[in-house]
Amino acid sequence: MPQLYLKKYKLENFIVTYCKIKNKSVSLNGELFFEGSQNDDLTAFLGRLYKKTELNYPKFFKMDKLCKLGILATELVIRNTPDFGTFSKNEIALVYSNNASSLESDRTHANAIADKQNYFPSPSVFVYTLPNIVLGEIAIKHKITGENAFFVSEHFDAELMYSYTNILLKTKNAASVLCGWVNVDGPNAEAFVYCVKNLNFKQENGLDEYPDQKTHNSKNIQHLYSL
Amino acid sequence: MSVFFGAHNIISPLGYTSRENFEALVNGKSALQKHSFSFSEKPFFCSKINEAELDKRFSWLANPKEYTHLEKLCTLSVKDIVTQSGIDLRDKNNLLILSTTKGNIDILENKYPDISPQRAYLPELAKTVGDFFKTKNAPLVVSNACISGLLAIIIAKRFIENKNYKNIIVCGADLVSEFTLSGFKSFNAMSDEACKPFDKNRTGINLGEAAASILLSEDKLSNISILSGASANDANHISGPSRTGDGLYQSVSETFKAAGKNTVDFISAHGTATDYNDEMESVAFSRAGLSTIPLNSLKGYYGHTLGAAGVLESIIAIQSLSENTLIKSLGFETPGTVEPLNVITQTKKTELKSCLKTASGFGGCNAAALFEKI
Repeated sequence: MPQLYLKKYKLENFIVTYCKIKNKSVSLNGELFFEGSQNDDLTAFLGRLYKKTELNYPKFFKMDKLCKLGILATELVIRNTPDFGTFSKNEIALVYSNNASSLESDRTHANAIADKQNYFPSPSVFVYTLPNIVLGEIAIKHKITGENAFFVSEHFDAELMYSYTNILLKTKNAASVLCGWVNVDGPNAEAFVYCVKNLNFKQENGLDEYPDQKTHNSKNIQHLYSL
Repeated sequence: MSVFFGAHNIISPLGYTSRENFEALVNGKSALQKHSFSFSEKPFFCSKINEAELDKRFSWLANPKEYTHLEKLCTLSVKDIVTQSGIDLRDKNNLLILSTTKGNIDILENKYPDISPQRAYLPELAKTVGDFFKTKNAPLVVSNACISGLLAIIIAKRFIENKNYKNIIVCGADLVSEFTLSGFKSFNAMSDEACKPFDKNRTGINLGEAAASILLSEDKLSNISILSGASANDANHISGPSRTGDGLYQSVSETFKAAGKNTVDFISAHGTATDYNDEMESVAFSRAGLSTIPLNSLKGYYGHTLGAAGVLESIIAIQSLSENTLIKSLGFETPGTVEPLNVITQTKKTELKSCLKTASGFGGCNAAALFEKI
């Protein structure tokens, strides 16, 4: 019986949805979703993308650029993951990473305290001087209460993202994982967010509800990131 | 599969080894003092590591002028682990994990005219420390607010269990800087006196500087292992803890569930001494049925050492287990949390087999782990 079961069904982790934001261009599952104007600065671009997604989330305007970028990319992934609403919120893990940590907000806070005649440290800036605040914003927006991890690496590290995500799924510390690279450094911004899920499906039927799914491995992750 | 703890080190104003630090705590010594800073008229109560002493010790390893304050702390701390254990980071089976919230943040304060500003990037800090030990694998950086240290230990355990690595050194470190002092002050979160975790008259946090490192291994390097660990998000507020303690409760219950346990000998809590944090912890521990378990916070000795806290406090907890000694929660006098807690008021010898370590931080994050002596 177990043999038959194995032949008919396949239990595997899949990248079910992915979103890439780079050079003011936004793609979803490999297709262009939005193209910003090259004349816009990063804040203006993020504002236009907010309008395009019809987010209607006033908290967005309080966020720093890193959180705005992370919230938008993650929103697009969640909206395009067909049965996301049925996932148990305490079984969704957030595994994100970047290169510049929160340096953009760090510089703003450092500037606010550099001049003793004009000394204005602000709690609304200081709170964003941690990279995992973006995980907090995503968790609040979508009521996600599972595992958290924020890694900082020189480049997007597909192998690291794959191994840690795989461990969380294998050890049942998560049933699905939102993974991301969300980096803001000066005028440069880049986001790559994707959803990984363990799917138990009949092989002959394929994965109709997830037409763009890819097997979760570091080669596929690197490939989708490089698109 | 069990993952064991091996060599450990703490560098703080209380000493340059974990042994010195533990003995100082047993003797009731605190690292917290009034420190004056050029940017502030009023002094701050905090714990800060003497630069001249650090340079003197570091000069045995390399030229202190080529390294930042934090890089010197991390390198010395990891060096102690390498010396004690003989672990070779040039081996592909071994990994260094760095846990920090702000890294070389004093570079933004232009403290080092001769050091590249690139080292303000956390991967560059990690590379500088890693290069000293010629690590085969690029060091991994975990930066997850105040749970960074404990989360890094949990991540190390998971990687070893999954056979990604055989040995992992977790080094947690953060500075006391104008950056963090001014930031927490703008939050009105700072206490003008030595902090009083879980006390009725608590008035906020003190910041502390430390580096702490610990080795985790698939080999039985000691009789203390990490049984399980978990993290969870409150999904409630980015800078305020959940009133219901949801995330901490979930971390604790998942940790117990994974270990197949429902109680523990003592708790090494987070206890920052802010109103809301300590309140939240009391609610979460009460929900988990742990109100009567002896508990401490070490913030009264070290202040909040941010990215180092989870590692430093885990090392003290591990020494408590091996020395069968409960460390009193310094600064606590009068119970003052909404749910009762059994705060340790006297350092004492008692048979100890297991410890629950917890942490909570900005961004709504929480973590818990169970350590056991066999």
